[in-house]
Amino acid sequence: MNLDNNKRNPANIQPSEITPQAVFENRRHFIQAAGFGALAAALSVSSLAKAATIAGGETKGDGVLIGRANAKKQVAKVTTPKLPGFKKTAYGADLKLSKYEDITTYNNYYEFGTDKSDPAIHSTLFKPNPWSISIEGEVKKAKTISIEDLMKLAPLEERIYRMRCVEGWSMVIPWVGLPLASLIKWAEPTGNAKYVEFITANDPQTMPGMRVPVLDWPYVEGLRMDEANHPLTLLAVGLYGQVLPNQNGAPVRLVTPWKYGFKGAKSIVKIRFTEKMPLTTWVKAGPSEYGFYANVNPNVDHPRWTQSSEKPIGGGLFGGRIKTLMFNGYPEVGQMYAGLDLKKNF
Amino acid sequence: MASVRQNPLVTYSKVAIWIAAFLPIVRLFWLGFTDNLSANPVEFVERSTGTWALVFLLASLSITPIRLITKQVWPVQVRRLLGLWMFFYACLHITTYVWLDYSFMWSEIVKDIIKHPYVIVGFSAFLLTIPLAVTSNSAMMKRLKTKWKTLHQSIYLISILAILHFWWLVKKDVTEPFYYAAVLALLLGIRLYYRAQKVQKASSTSLQT
Repeated sequence: MNLDNNKRNPANIQPSEITPQAVFENRRHFIQAAGFGALAAALSVSSLAKAATIAGGETKGDGVLIGRANAKKQVAKVTTPKLPGFKKTAYGADLKLSKYEDITTYNNYYEFGTDKSDPAIHSTLFKPNPWSISIEGEVKKAKTISIEDLMKLAPLEERIYRMRCVEGWSMVIPWVGLPLASLIKWAEPTGNAKYVEFITANDPQTMPGMRVPVLDWPYVEGLRMDEANHPLTLLAVGLYGQVLPNQNGAPVRLVTPWKYGFKGAKSIVKIRFTEKMPLTTWVKAGPSEYGFYANVNPNVDHPRWTQSSEKPIGGGLFGGRIKTLMFNGYPEVGQMYAGLDLKKNF
Repeated sequence: MASVRQNPLVTYSKVAIWIAAFLPIVRLFWLGFTDNLSANPVEFVERSTGTWALVFLLASLSITPIRLITKQVWPVQVRRLLGLWMFFYACLHITTYVWLDYSFMWSEIVKDIIKHPYVIVGFSAFLLTIPLAVTSNSAMMKRLKTKWKTLHQSIYLISILAILHFWWLVKKDVTEPFYYAAVLALLLGIRLYYRAQKVQKASSTSLQT
């Protein structure tokens, strides 16, 4: 990558600059693989493995050394503009914020790659502007709304929310956005609308992770109508008072703080009101591991990760874990699930 | 023993292994001091130490294939060193898990091990390496005689458990564990191939006589 290139304009980034990075990363993995003495073994499998997993599958775990450094550099040179005129709210006023650098370099956004540092590095070609969302399904009239008009539906407000990832870590993020309820009101759903489905951006050209079939693209999420209309449910357009960076779901994403992070659909292009429960991406990928509700629940364990405690990001090496709270510490949502068996409907 | 002159390649290899084995720790300290252990440093150290334990495990398993292919016997003399470095990184890995990740919250740790398949297989693999490390000296080798070999063959089970541990931990993108699984399959495959050849040769010579 040309490090002198400090403008965000995608025109300044040649497509040719992208390929060497993928090659570079594969080479890095190869060096790592070859480093342990089974040189002959690594030599013969590396080409086979590459072919089998489609070139460009990202390296993870120990291989993130360079990725992390790149992510930090990327974040340092890409600053999104300040959002004008949003009001502060009491939400999360007592919480200690995660660092901007952590929020923007440690992301699960598989459309840009499966490593946590990938989205910051590989989202530079993504164009969040111009943007509009089409409204479909059980509505009086299908229509489209531009991001500018969306931001005028209600005053923008800052809300500090906890974010709990299903993988057992958490952050505290100062989102800027507006209640999803205000868009739903504008959309005029019919009486048949029981669920809201969120369909997200589908552009492998600018989202390199989509060229690898790790998930069934495009990424789809959904909420029940009452969840969607809950005052906590936010359509975020910014964080830390700035326009949402690409790696965090620009230009508009869903935030449901009492649910695991993967419910937060990013870069939403379509909102569909439906009568039936939408089949969401992670439910499709692993129905025994990920449920439609995905409410944060310390009493319902995940086959991989402990859900009774979590690691707050920013605690460093010796920060330890904290107890995970029911509904991630938002007990006011509990009444929506009265009578629902949360062990079955995880 | 001392009268037998050691192949200089053994010495060179051992020096190279010591250097290679120290580099990952030096790197972790360097990354720690420069604040480059990512937003989740505990996960980073956990992944890194686990990866290097697996690398040294596979390296120790590569000795027999190297011997079979090159017909050189000396590489066997560096195998113990590789195995002990595997144990060292496995210890760091589990220390990171128990201390940095879980702050010695034993009830949480027990729950985590029992409930999650990837943790069970990883923890079992670690437990199985302890007897191997304890019996890795020459005195124990002499004392256990033929049992020593049988005991140390558990490394095959350990290697499969270690790969499963990695594979089941990954959420969706299994690219990286696939690389390691492929290397393991190759290393075990070479053994099987040579064993099959030996059997074939033995049966054909018995026919001739």
